[in-house]
Amino acid sequence: MNVAFIIPHSSFIIFQMDAFLTAVQVEYIFEDGPLHVLTDISLSVPAGAFVALVGPSGVGKSTLLRLIAGLLRPSAGQISIANHPAHQSPNPVGLVFQRDNLMPWRTVTENVRLPLELQGKNDPSARRRVQKMIDLVGLAGFEQNYPAQLSGGMAQRVALARALVHEPPLLLLDEPFGALDALTRERMGQELLRIWQAMPVTVFMVTHSISEAVLLADEVLVMGGDPGNGRPAAITHRIPIHLPRPRQFQMQSAAEFQRHAAAIRAAIQQ
Amino acid sequence: MVLVSFVGLLAGWHLLVTWGAYDRFILPGPVDVWRQLLIVGGDGRLLKHSLITISELLPGLGIGLLIAMPLGYLLAKSSLAERLLSPYLIASQAIPVIAIAPLLTIWVRSTYWARVLVAVLVVFFPILINIIAGLRAVPAELYELMHSLQATRRQIFTKLEIPAALPILLAGLKVGATLSVIGALVGEFVQPKSQGLGYLLVTARYQFKTDLVFVVLITLSAIALVMYGLVALLEKRLLRWQASK
Repeated sequence: MNVAFIIPHSSFIIFQMDAFLTAVQVEYIFEDGPLHVLTDISLSVPAGAFVALVGPSGVGKSTLLRLIAGLLRPSAGQISIANHPAHQSPNPVGLVFQRDNLMPWRTVTENVRLPLELQGKNDPSARRRVQKMIDLVGLAGFEQNYPAQLSGGMAQRVALARALVHEPPLLLLDEPFGALDALTRERMGQELLRIWQAMPVTVFMVTHSISEAVLLADEVLVMGGDPGNGRPAAITHRIPIHLPRPRQFQMQSAAEFQRHAAAIRAAIQQ
Repeated sequence: MVLVSFVGLLAGWHLLVTWGAYDRFILPGPVDVWRQLLIVGGDGRLLKHSLITISELLPGLGIGLLIAMPLGYLLAKSSLAERLLSPYLIASQAIPVIAIAPLLTIWVRSTYWARVLVAVLVVFFPILINIIAGLRAVPAELYELMHSLQATRRQIFTKLEIPAALPILLAGLKVGATLSVIGALVGEFVQPKSQGLGYLLVTARYQFKTDLVFVVLITLSAIALVMYGLVALLEKRLLRWQASK
């Protein structure tokens, strides 16, 4: 069921009643600057969707992600996850950064266990869940390894397992494969799709790669602006990706794929 | 390798004394020092004075650590505390401990605690600096991760800050452990009341027993080595993950 609203100074917004992640006219001003970073950000992501956010470097994509994660508070407007304000979400979100951010003093198992440990869960079912996630990301056999003994791709898999182990409703990815080589990056994208399809999780991913966005997402949001020079960033385009699932890497050469990629590139350059 | 270099050192020392221009009582040879070591080691004097010095430096190190830890945490976490306190802390380091040690022995009645206090002052600063550096080195993204998982203050402290700061803290403790020997010795220099290796050193010098001075110096080095070794052992146990690299 869709209801249309007209909001002053805002683009025409469709609010879906089953929307899971919503942002309404969010502004963010970095107080120390002061720097007006984000303006009039409105979003509506249905449960289970895969949304990618693209845009030039320094435009404020990571800031928006941190607002959704509840790490920052909007200066105005609101962000809610399953009808709770983002910073009070009863079930913590899963978060993956460009760097794996594993704790070097913990083994793979201990790193993956962290979110459950913080919730005070250490029963057999929690332990089974940790093992299940390690198996799901394909790291069975590496349970007792320390992060220093893993390749970049493996470390990022551990980070993904850690982000999902507590069954978060929302997975936030900030350039998750940005530090990996091209081949590993492609493989990780496919892995991510497989994991996303195996779990009931909504994904919001910041990426620099247009082809990655097209290949993975249901919808690509394009952010534009130049906060450093007095033009706060906003979401300028929403581009639905009409490609069938399951998506394969070979689809990249299809005309349909190229058309989507060209549309996004044009939107970024506007 | 270490053994070869040590034998070489002894041989060079021996030759220097045998063919050198110095008299025995000014520069004793390794044989004289060994003989003296057997004497003071045999009659129990060396052990007695060593134990007294160790009984000063261990509490000195412990108390220094206990003060440096909370203060380091405060300074690393609060920029206000850092602005208020760090000028004094840094300025205090410009004052040689040997210069204020006599004052301390006046203020603190107990000979023992005056010496411990000098040791505390010597070990405190390097440990403090390393605690601050260790806490500052915790990546901001790991804090974000903990916050996104709704970790409590206490969980952030025990599961992130302590383990993340531990390697640098232990490096500081290594420096502090060796410095604690100097601290206790300085305390004994200014308060040489008939006990401790510092007392033994001062009296040996007055009596021109340079071989005994050497024995004391070697004992001090040995204590410092053992202290360093103990922290290194602790490091190996606590930082097992670093060996995996």
